[in-house]
Amino acid sequence: MKLVRKDVLGIADFSVEEINLVLDIAGSFKEISQRPIKKVPTLRGSTVINLFYEPSTRTRTSFEIAAKRLSADAINISASTSSVVKGETLMDTAKTLESMNPDIIVMRHACAGAPHILAKLLKQSIINAGDGAHEHPTQALLDMLTIRDKMGYIRGLAVTIVGDIAHSRVARSNIYGLAKMGAKVTVCGPAMLLPYGIGRMGVRVETNMRKALERADVIMMLRMQFERQNKATFPSLREYASQYCLNADNIRLAKEDVLVMHPGPINRGIEIAPDIADGPHSAILEQVSNGVAVRMALLYLLAGGQ
Amino acid sequence: MRLLLKGGRVIDPSQNIDDILDILIVNGKISLIDNKIDISEVKTRGSIDSVDIGGRILVPGLIDMHTHLREPGFEYKETIESGTKAAVAGGFTAIACMANTSPVNDNRSVTEFILTQAARTGRARVYPIAALTRNQEGKILTEFADLKDAGATGFSDDGMPVTDSGIMRCALEYAYSLDMPVISHCEDLGLARGGMMNEGLVCAELGLTASPDIAEEIMVLRDIILARYTHTRVHIAHVSTAGSVEAIRAAKASGIAVTAETAPHYFTLSEEALRSFSTNLKVYPPLRSERDLEAIKEGLADGTIDAIASDHAPHSSIEKEVEFDYAATGLIGLETSLSLSLRLVEEGILSMSGLIKKMSTNPADILGVSGGSLRHGLPADITVIDPEVTWTVDAARFHSKSRNCPYQGMQLRGRSVMTMVGGEIKYRSGL
Repeated sequence: MKLVRKDVLGIADFSVEEINLVLDIAGSFKEISQRPIKKVPTLRGSTVINLFYEPSTRTRTSFEIAAKRLSADAINISASTSSVVKGETLMDTAKTLESMNPDIIVMRHACAGAPHILAKLLKQSIINAGDGAHEHPTQALLDMLTIRDKMGYIRGLAVTIVGDIAHSRVARSNIYGLAKMGAKVTVCGPAMLLPYGIGRMGVRVETNMRKALERADVIMMLRMQFERQNKATFPSLREYASQYCLNADNIRLAKEDVLVMHPGPINRGIEIAPDIADGPHSAILEQVSNGVAVRMALLYLLAGGQ
Repeated sequence: MRLLLKGGRVIDPSQNIDDILDILIVNGKISLIDNKIDISEVKTRGSIDSVDIGGRILVPGLIDMHTHLREPGFEYKETIESGTKAAVAGGFTAIACMANTSPVNDNRSVTEFILTQAARTGRARVYPIAALTRNQEGKILTEFADLKDAGATGFSDDGMPVTDSGIMRCALEYAYSLDMPVISHCEDLGLARGGMMNEGLVCAELGLTASPDIAEEIMVLRDIILARYTHTRVHIAHVSTAGSVEAIRAAKASGIAVTAETAPHYFTLSEEALRSFSTNLKVYPPLRSERDLEAIKEGLADGTIDAIASDHAPHSSIEKEVEFDYAATGLIGLETSLSLSLRLVEEGILSMSGLIKKMSTNPADILGVSGGSLRHGLPADITVIDPEVTWTVDAARFHSKSRNCPYQGMQLRGRSVMTMVGGEIKYRSGL
């Protein structure tokens, strides 16, 4: 089976078959990263540009490693070092890059819809590596791969996502993906960080964390995004941590074999207690490893692999 | 100078006329309306030109009471010349222009400049709306009497809400004493929080910042309360929500002097369209839900909403071909407003006469300007509409300098084919 699409902009328009395809291929790619020589020639001669308008360590590195393990040439451009600081528009940057004939452009941007502009404008494949508070499709795919690996299946699982849902592209992509895969999703956070209308996206909405954790199979903690709290919405981090930090006490409300996830980077002691982040339930580092595999799978599939 | 317009379906809501009639124009004024003016008889009194209207609809010149002409200050987006060219092409014989130019139209010299430019380069009549407060900062009232004397038609800080209710109260009272309208841009900035689209499911899915409908409604209600308390009147600009319609309907029923306008995009497009992230759909107030869209139509049908105005807001590609977050708000409407509004007639929401009332007679009454009528002796401001002709929107062919039109490629039926200002034909195409 092939992935018949030019771009990966969001999970909203992914089919269940497509999700399963990416997860299957990613599963088979995991082994490459365990080899002493972690490189296959699959994408030799291809060029992947990582165009990052927002700071990122893990996602950018993950895409870069994924490309290199497939023998593609990976080039990183970050907004602070590019002509963006000289005032070039996104459209002009995009057309300039297009003229150098890359095969795939991976893009992160602080504005929702920015990769969609590129997708419309350019003949190259665009992978959304996070656009504002909209979508982060590769994160959702690696999260689903992690759940499937650890739990064996996704259908029917109770997944609770806790934190700043309003500003989270990770939450949105996971809501779409997990719902498509048959999980029961609960979102939880302080009322002002739950977007108005979120309940109509097919999730259970809960402001009380203890209730949200009850009988959960999977807990996804989101990073409290200080940098996006430009409008005074929540009283203080102290108050936040007192109500929404996953710790040894409230984790007991979830199922005994609960899986704890976090897209990173984590704020220890704010949304997750250190002993939980490092504890036996935590799949945080597996998520990172799976991220490389999922991104390898997408690069491979978009380049026409089957 | 004499001109005979023969055989038009003349619709004039101000005189309850809807009939096939001839109109004789002498020296730029309407001289005679009759069902058969004998040209040979008229000819005996000197030479005369004649235009065969051929059953097309002839109405009092349309008036767009809410536009942005960008001159002075942003001439690369629009000038008074290009904006009024777009106006007459769209069937408008007069347009009111908002004060958010650079410098802001908050003093006599800017108002006089606009009127001078309009006289020099304009195709349509231009009615400057002066700022309500100095530099539109919402703090100190502008010199209403001086501005009125200079030729301002009304007062508004459009684009910026007047947050201080005490200032708004003073504005309503002072403007009323000068018999001048106040046009209110209703937005609670605290609730809106700079939100870029309507709060709701689509916004939750797209992750764009949200401005709720109540940000508009709270201010509509405030202005209604102020108008009631001070026994003055207020005009609500660009009504976009069901709650605003309901509030205005109730206010009118209890005798409060409130009038309201909406714009074609609020009864044509909904928030669903934002899924494309097209920046030409970024506008304030934001496109609302389907439910709001229906409520706007109901408000138009039952008279709650008095006027249709385009809120023509030109922006260049520099401001629009960017990320959605960074894009300027507003869309151009002068050249699509009539055609989109004619759909209301097709849908049975308004009669043709009802539509002309909202696009000509009522705007003239609210602004307190002449026009909106074909009465004997008035300047011959006339629009001829061909309701049958179909056309495809192509912004590249617009007369406006800007291209931020969300209707590109849309098939529309009906448009203006002749626009006459003071007896002079300013636009003619397909007649």
